[in-house]
Amino acid sequence: MDSKRAGNQTVVFGSPPVILASYSVVGPKEGQGPLGKTFNKIWKDQLNGEKSWELAESKMLQEALQGSIDEAGITKDRIDFMLAGDLLNQIVSSNFAARQIALPFIGVYGACSTMALSIALGSMLIDGGFAEYVLIGVSSHHDTAERQFRAPTEQGNQRAMSAQWTVTGAGSVLLGKQGVGPRVTAATIGRVIDYGETDANNMGSAMAPAVADTILNHFQDLKRTAQDYDHIASGDLGTVGIALAAEVLKQSGSDMGTVFTDCGIRIFDSTQDVHAGGSGCACSSVVFAGDLMQRLKAGELKRVMLVGSGALHSPTSALQGESIPGIGHAVVIEA
Amino acid sequence: MTNQSLREPTLSISPEDYKTLAKSYTPKPTIVKNILRAFFVGGVICAIGQVIINFFSLIGLTRAEASNASTATMIFFGALLTGLGVYDEIGKFGGAGSIVPVTGFANSIVSPAMEFKREGYVQGVGAKLFTVAGPVLVYGIAASIIIGVIAYFIH
Repeated sequence: MDSKRAGNQTVVFGSPPVILASYSVVGPKEGQGPLGKTFNKIWKDQLNGEKSWELAESKMLQEALQGSIDEAGITKDRIDFMLAGDLLNQIVSSNFAARQIALPFIGVYGACSTMALSIALGSMLIDGGFAEYVLIGVSSHHDTAERQFRAPTEQGNQRAMSAQWTVTGAGSVLLGKQGVGPRVTAATIGRVIDYGETDANNMGSAMAPAVADTILNHFQDLKRTAQDYDHIASGDLGTVGIALAAEVLKQSGSDMGTVFTDCGIRIFDSTQDVHAGGSGCACSSVVFAGDLMQRLKAGELKRVMLVGSGALHSPTSALQGESIPGIGHAVVIEA
Repeated sequence: MTNQSLREPTLSISPEDYKTLAKSYTPKPTIVKNILRAFFVGGVICAIGQVIINFFSLIGLTRAEASNASTATMIFFGALLTGLGVYDEIGKFGGAGSIVPVTGFANSIVSPAMEFKREGYVQGVGAKLFTVAGPVLVYGIAASIIIGVIAYFIH
């Protein structure tokens, strides 16, 4: 069999799927951030006329998915699968958006790593011959995440300095077997890694070993180093997590140099009072669908690795004192 | 629980050493700043409470009545400011200074009431009203019962 596997955890696509279109929708705070100009649509408020935050998140995802379909200019029914995920219980934002888009639907849960995971899975479906077009969308919403994972939004309390701010937004891409655009050339599926962090206010620290483990294995599988990339973006490690990931990678023999950045740090600036940076499924999905895709298309970036970072805990497991398992999934996109 | 065994390559750091490393990379809470702000905000809230007590005393209430009326008034303002979306901003600045006074208690009841209204008045507001304040009530009432029993035997 003509194997597409490389090393332990990596797949290299025989005919790399093309990212035909991308679309991003964000909330007002994200729109005011340093990447504000790179998003397709900025909502004026967190509800945008919907009657609940949950419905608003789902609507946002729907807009992003439809945006990609329109941008690609193909008829919707030619799309073979829709892959989507979010942070809410039973990935309800995605399920509701899928009800409206009405395509064969695969729900994906990888916590905040869902964008990278979905791109990896979508690319496998296409390169494996199971699909010609795959639509991908991922969302999160600050207020839906707050009420599910933390405290009522109007409650007056202080957030930890290491805490992150869940991004309100939805990012989408449309993958195709053929066409013009950046290509997904490889993917490394991560292992669940747990180094014992129990503080749900320090997700960066919980996820950093998982991201580092995936990068380490990716480099070994493909016999590459950080110098082989123009840009390596982690999903939402934040300031604490990226520093930790870079340090443990250095100790393990992989110096990340200057190409290593984090979507969670880039989406907000220091005046926006988000503490350690942005987080959530939308964080990496809108930065990828917006800024990174534009720079890939412009030829400014030639080879990018997106490493989605996910914290695989639940509010219940955190209350029961269990440590937070992390995961990192990497996809390589080349202009 | 940490991973029991991992195929190579793995990170050359043990979970124990990682814990130490993570601790050194995690920013410390700004304790001195928080304490000063809590002192200031808590002090201002209590001073306002005192002004209200004095006002009620002035219009003829007894000391105990004025105190109760002041508490009710402060709860009203705590709830009002929560509803207007102001109290969480005060809380972010003042921390314990705005959580400990009775206005903070009002905030801890009104904020879940607002949050869970969309899930209905029974399963939402009714069931979730005390998610934040519940522990305070449970242990506050338990402590007062114990102290009451002790006081009974001492007298």
